[in-house]
Amino acid sequence: MMDGTKGFEDALTGEQKIRNFNINFGPQHPAAHGVLRLVLELDGEVVERCDPHIGLLHRGTEKLMESRTYLQNLPYFDRLDYVAPMNQEHAWCLAIEKLTGVEVPRRASLIRVLFCEIGRVLNHLLNITTQALDVGALTPPLWGFEEREQLMIFYERACGARLHAAYFRPGGVHQDLPDELLDDIEEWAHKFMSGFMEDIDGLLTENRIFKQRNADIGIVTEEDILEYGFSGVMVRGSGLAWDLRRAQPYECYDEFDFQIPVGKNGDCYDRYLVRMEEMRQSVSIIKQAIGKLRDCPGDILARGKITPPSRTDMKTSMESLIHHFKLYTEGFHVPEGEVYCAVEAPKGEFGVYLVADGSNKPYRAKIRAPGFLHLQAMDYMSTGHQLADVAAIIGTMDVVFGEIDR
Amino acid sequence: MSQALNELGTYIEGKRPDCVLAWDVTHGELNVDVAPSSILGLVEFLKVDSTCRFSSLVDITAVDYPGRAKRFDVVYHFLSMYQNHRIRLRVSIREDQMMPSITDLHPSANWFEREVFDMFGILFSGHPDLRRILTDYGFRGYPLRKDFPTTGYTEVRYDEVEKRVVYEPVSLVQEYRQFDFMSPWEGAEYILPGDEKEAEAK
Repeated sequence: MMDGTKGFEDALTGEQKIRNFNINFGPQHPAAHGVLRLVLELDGEVVERCDPHIGLLHRGTEKLMESRTYLQNLPYFDRLDYVAPMNQEHAWCLAIEKLTGVEVPRRASLIRVLFCEIGRVLNHLLNITTQALDVGALTPPLWGFEEREQLMIFYERACGARLHAAYFRPGGVHQDLPDELLDDIEEWAHKFMSGFMEDIDGLLTENRIFKQRNADIGIVTEEDILEYGFSGVMVRGSGLAWDLRRAQPYECYDEFDFQIPVGKNGDCYDRYLVRMEEMRQSVSIIKQAIGKLRDCPGDILARGKITPPSRTDMKTSMESLIHHFKLYTEGFHVPEGEVYCAVEAPKGEFGVYLVADGSNKPYRAKIRAPGFLHLQAMDYMSTGHQLADVAAIIGTMDVVFGEIDR
Repeated sequence: MSQALNELGTYIEGKRPDCVLAWDVTHGELNVDVAPSSILGLVEFLKVDSTCRFSSLVDITAVDYPGRAKRFDVVYHFLSMYQNHRIRLRVSIREDQMMPSITDLHPSANWFEREVFDMFGILFSGHPDLRRILTDYGFRGYPLRKDFPTTGYTEVRYDEVEKRVVYEPVSLVQEYRQFDFMSPWEGAEYILPGDEKEAEAK
């Protein structure tokens, strides 16, 4: 009856009742930072409920690790948080070293610190710039990826791979660094501080749109931190100076001079500022590490059961040759026991819980990824925010699905 | 560090003797064995007690020991950002036993318990939303149990004729290879004929 005799009664029919709207965000969405599927319940533009569906990138890493030797398992860690690969390897190496009681030589320890901090810069570069992309700026990622490319070239020059490094080994690092590489990293560090950091600072920090989209969004209080088990920048953004590098020092972080930046309001904008300052601190650690490395020549592997013999030894001594062969086929044995080793990865506390049964394979290895807990709080953090803020919150949580889905 | 942890272990045992079955400090880490029925009480005590203040849940996972009567070890890690120490709680349970959920005390336990359920099939009583989390929608079996094959049971592919993704039983062209590189002289315990005489001679 379209002739108007019926009158306007549509609003009274069941179909026209106002009800909440459910949408699927992802799994293929540019702002989801990977394969995240969010089921969002919206009241107009306000999020009422958010149910993240994860596991679309689940590869069964923990199951696979149970049937491989300790050394074969190392490259899996590059594939967890593929934005800062070496920080993950670090946790695995520390766990093995703790069980076997191996002391890492000082030079190797310094190299590890150097590359962990490069990893932190790599991660924060990606996070800050894509955060800017999520809220509408296109230039920062283009500039940031230029810097990331240079850092990945350093990765490549150290270990041969841009991304999946497999450079940290139980007992040290795989290869020594050439002196020219140290010079180039130092030169990059100076340029980075005076060039890129100034540029991005000028582009974003006081940018009106960037501030409007981030300030007062996704506020985290001290209570939330404890309730939802946050770590890393999510904690420091709210004013708690909690950093494992300082609180429970591993490797040789206790001899480095660095500050722990903290935020004040615990919102997305403060976390951006914390990340910016952390990059500056990381660059300062990189410079210190290079200075220390120049004064510290020496071996980069604790020679023994769990590491390969030097190349010359292998070519001249029969025992070393046998050892080399057995190490790369059977692998080394780790004494029975269980340890939990955590490192301050760029995203937060990355831990490995390792149960060894005395054989050449881990009996059980649990990977504790910081992003898993951060994403879990998605429902809590996005409820009451607008749909457009969901992208900003995902960005500030710094989620990477390699480590969340494992 | 170990000194402080030893003191902490003694303190917890003294305060809650009914909960703590055993405790030790190995590799500089404090381990406490707990009975499944007392886990809730102990976790709450650890959270509110001013000496412990284990207010952050770090991790919940499980370990499968198929040979044991109490098949699973459920392992909890806690961290205190205020006192700067960590603790590990171990709970042994049988396959048919349920664990009490600690989501009321630590909301962050939600996904961890879902993951343990997904991977090991351990049920948590009182969990608000115990669904699978990492595996596929409609997945069957518990992948991290030791009797679950690494290859799994089903595989997926896109079917050109049906124009959709289809599930099929796994068919491998070559058998899945599990190499055993263990040294024959380290791994095995051979009983050679004549060895028994040595024991008799003593």
